[in-house]
This record gives sequence, C-alpha cells and structure tokens, in this order.
Amino acid sequence: MARAVTTNRKILNTAIAWGIGLLIFFPILWTILTSFKTEAQAIADPPVFLFFDWTLENYAVVQERSNYMRFLMNSIIIAGGSTLLGLLIAVPAAWSMAFVPSRRTKDILLWMLSTKMLPAVGVLYPIYLIFIQLGILDTRVGLTVVLMLINLPIMVWMLYTYFKEIPGEILEAARMDGASLREEILYVLTPMAVPGIASTLLLNFILAWNEAFWTLNLTAAKAAPLTAFIASYSSPEGLFYAKLSAASTMAIAPILILGWFSQKQLVRGLTFGAVK
Amino acid sequence: MGRIELKQVKKSFGDVTVIPPLDLEIEDGEFVVFVGPSGCGKSTLLRLIAGLEDTTDGNIEIDGSDATGLPPAKRGLAMVFQSYALYPHMSVRKNIAFPMRMAKLPKEEQDRRIESAAKALNLTDYLDRRPGQLSGGQRQRVAIGRAIVREPAAFLFDEPLSNLDAALRVGMRLEISELHKRLDTTMVYVTHDQVEAMTMADKIVVLQAGVIEQVGSPLDLYRTPRNKFVAGFIGSPKMNLIEGPEAARHNAHTMGIRPEHITVSSESGDWTGTVGVSEHLGSDTFFHVNVEGFGEPITVRAGGDVDLHYGDTIYLTPDPALIHRFDDKGLRIA
Repeated sequence: MARAVTTNRKILNTAIAWGIGLLIFFPILWTILTSFKTEAQAIADPPVFLFFDWTLENYAVVQERSNYMRFLMNSIIIAGGSTLLGLLIAVPAAWSMAFVPSRRTKDILLWMLSTKMLPAVGVLYPIYLIFIQLGILDTRVGLTVVLMLINLPIMVWMLYTYFKEIPGEILEAARMDGASLREEILYVLTPMAVPGIASTLLLNFILAWNEAFWTLNLTAAKAAPLTAFIASYSSPEGLFYAKLSAASTMAIAPILILGWFSQKQLVRGLTFGAVK
Repeated sequence: MGRIELKQVKKSFGDVTVIPPLDLEIEDGEFVVFVGPSGCGKSTLLRLIAGLEDTTDGNIEIDGSDATGLPPAKRGLAMVFQSYALYPHMSVRKNIAFPMRMAKLPKEEQDRRIESAAKALNLTDYLDRRPGQLSGGQRQRVAIGRAIVREPAAFLFDEPLSNLDAALRVGMRLEISELHKRLDTTMVYVTHDQVEAMTMADKIVVLQAGVIEQVGSPLDLYRTPRNKFVAGFIGSPKMNLIEGPEAARHNAHTMGIRPEHITVSSESGDWTGTVGVSEHLGSDTFFHVNVEGFGEPITVRAGGDVDLHYGDTIYLTPDPALIHRFDDKGLRIA
C-alpha cells in the first residue's frame, strides 16, 4: 500500500533528489562546459561557469591532431563485437542454469561473479604475454575477446535472472507440443526474453565502451578505441584541460546519447526480478 | 487408442523416494482422476507419464509399446497445465497451431483443425487476440484447444481448474466432461479437489505419499473405502471417524459414519449432543455437534428447514447398515 505523503514532504524529496542528481552529473557538465572554453579560461581562478567566450576551437584542434573517426570505429567494433559474441555464449549458458539447474548451479554463478572481484592488473602480465604469443596485441580481435570474457559473468547473470522469471511450464508445454531444444529456444524462450536480452545487450555495450584498463594496456595505435583517444590528451603534453575536455566530450557523447534513449530498458533490466 | 500402463514405476529425487514402485492400468477411453492431498505425488506421476520427468525405475507402456525412454513429444500425449502455459507472445491462433507447426502439418490441415477446435471451444472470435487479453476461462479453453488439435492418444490435465473462480470451475468441469464424452479419448486428470474427482471420473486413484491407497469408481470409493484415509478423503463433508468405547461397541478400532447417514431428531436417538456451529446451505443444513465421549465434533446433514440453534440439545441416530469399521491399522473390516 502506498504511504500518504504530504505536499511539503514531496517538494523536499524532489529537491533532494534533484540535488543529488545534479551533484552526480556535475563533473560531466563541467567537462562539457570546459570543452567550450579557452585554455586560459579553463584554469581561471575563480572558475567561470557560464559567462565566458564560447569557442569550438578545442574541437577543431582535437579533430586536427588525431583521427577521431578511427577511434570511434574501433570503439564500435570492439564494444559491439564483444557484446554479440558474449550473447552467443551467455544465452545457452543462462538457459541451462535457469532451466536444468544442477546442485552446483548456484555455486557456479557465484564463482563466475567472483571473477569480477579479481583485480584486473593481477592477470595483466599473463594476458599480455599470451597476446604477444598469439600475435593479437593491438588488434580488434584480441580486445573483443578479452572484453567479452570480462563481461561474460554479468551477461550470464543478467540473462539467468531474466530466464528465471519465465515459467518453466511454458517451456514444458513447448516440449509436449513437439518442439526440439533448438525450436524451444528459438520460438518460445527468445521471443519471451527479448526485453531482457535487449537490456543485457545495451548494458554490456556500455560497459565495453567504457572499459579503459584493458583497452589502454593492450592497444597502441591500430586497435585503440575512444578511451585511448582521451588518454592521449592527458599527461605528457602538460595541462591542456580544455582540449582534454573536448576529447572526453567527443568520446562520451555517443554512449551518453545511447544511454539516454534506452534508459527505460536499462532500468528495467537492472531491476528485473527485484520486485514481483 | 490410449491405453497406459505403469509397471513398477518408481521416482526418486536424490535420496528421497517420492513414488515407491507402483502399478497402474489406464484403459483406452477412460477418464482417470489422480486425487490426494498436496505433496502426495499425483502431479509427479502425471509428469512421469508425460515424459517431463524421467522414471528412476520401472516401465511406462503406451498402447502396448514401451515409452519409458521416449521424449514427451514422441509419446503422442497432450497436456493442459495448471498455469495454462500459453505462449504469451503468440496469438490464440498461433498458440493452437504451435504443435501442428512443430509436426510440420500442411497449412490447410492446420487451418481446418484450428477452425474446428475454435468452434467447439467457443474461441472463434478470439483467434487473433493474445493470451494476455483473455479471461482465465478463455485461456483455459485455448490450452485445451492446443491439446485437442494434436489428436493425442490421451490428454493429461494437471490441476487445470485450480486457478479459476468457483463458478467458472463448475462450468469448465462440465465442459471437460462433455469433451471426454465427445472425443472418447483417454484422459488423466490430477486434482486435489475430491468433488472434481467424484463428478468427472470413471476411475479414481487416491494417492498418499506416493502410494496408491485405492483405485475404483467414485461410488466404490464412497461406499467401500479400503482404509481410513480414503474414507476421510472422499465425500464432502468428510466422514465422521469415531474412536473409543463407541467404536468398540461396533467391534472396531475406529468407526466411520458419513454426515448424510445420520438421522437428526430433537426428541430421541442413539447419541445425545449439543449443537455447535451450523452451516445453512438452503437445501441442507450441516450441524457440528458435540457428543459426550466423542473427541471430535460430529458433522451431520439435516434438511434445510430443521430449526435447531447453537446450544440446543440434539439426538443423532446413525444408519447401522452404513457404518464403516476400521481396525487399529486403519484398514477396513469387512
């Protein structure tokens, strides 16, 4: 039952929610604003908020100095590829865990999730060496595989929670109706799980897009995605805040727009199964 | 044809045996109801027949050939689930067509069967709707339609009416019985509701803890229950089971008498008691009577016009010919 809330209380709650929201969003807003300032204004003290000479110069410089499109394409291919590849593995895995669980299924799920708690740097050396051995250092294929593996536990876990919500009786009905395992997954399970699969896809695309540790360490020039593009504007050339901000804005803009339009799907995906 | 035979069928989950080895024969065209309290293994037994669970031991024969290892689809059986288990993303038409699509039947044959099933089940106007837009009763009919079009050797029903409200349940009960008469196909029906069992079955199988307590026609079970469990389970309201000196007087450990086999009087009778709670159904009244020396209150049926109230003295006389006697193991004494 909904609790009665007074109007004053509602206003206060709304104000607090907006306050927290702005606080979280502020760094991004500041980055975007800084990207339109000159380098001098960017480091001005006291800082200028809105009243400065808006300029697109930083964007022009960034575009001139590095090939944004190449980084963007790498990001799309690596994030998209790792997501699709992961889905191919995660759907059957989640199916078997949700519908034909064994006594160890829960343990396996937990173990898979526990790999996410391993500090990535702990396995950097072995993976780096394996990449050299296989000749896939600084290639899109290598990064796609690594990012897929990193996000696979989350994909399996998310799809598992989704599939768990699908009544087993419906799949049994399909079996009684003569569907083979392939037909059961293709005609019954997948169409019913489309919202779940979509939000898993979205979330993993975003995670892969934002992944910086592996993309920075395993690429140099050829396969470098947008994370490397931002990083290239940081330290050695001194403090070019405005240009760094412009590069950052260009790098986060695509995913920010994608996230904005798909927020309904994402929220549903992340909270699925939490309430009945 | 739809003759099903279970031979020493056993089911265990890990170390827990839910169904100890049992034998059962279901004749072609018979309406068999598995009934028992929840957890008695009746649904598991049905799922074993369906092939949705593997048997731990024993054989299941359908029409004389061994089906024990066959997958569900190859057994020629159709099942109607408690939750209806319709495909929510498909229209009613596609739901009903699904088994035929899997069997790769020609399109014209599919359409013909869909039309005839829809007509028989009053679904013609709803063929293009999704299950979510239908009422409980309509969904149940779609589930039945999906089963009919397969033209199965036998229908399996797993508590199909338990999600419906009381009025609808009575209606669907009649529809399913009617369907059985018309199709003349074997039906195996699981329920925990003994009224459903009594009204629909040709043969009732009473189960408790995975063990068959008794198999027989509804009236057999009503008239000659083999033991105390069946006596108490079949019949509504329940049979009165009385222990102690009164039972001993009838040379039994427990004596049983149904509420409808006791005569009520306000003047004289074998037993004297006081009226407790009474339930007026209009046509009948059920009195719960406390009789001195009997542990539990006795339930008796009287006419709707008997005027007795809480605390009144009442005299009861059981019909001696209809008293059931059970020994100390709970088995019927002939």
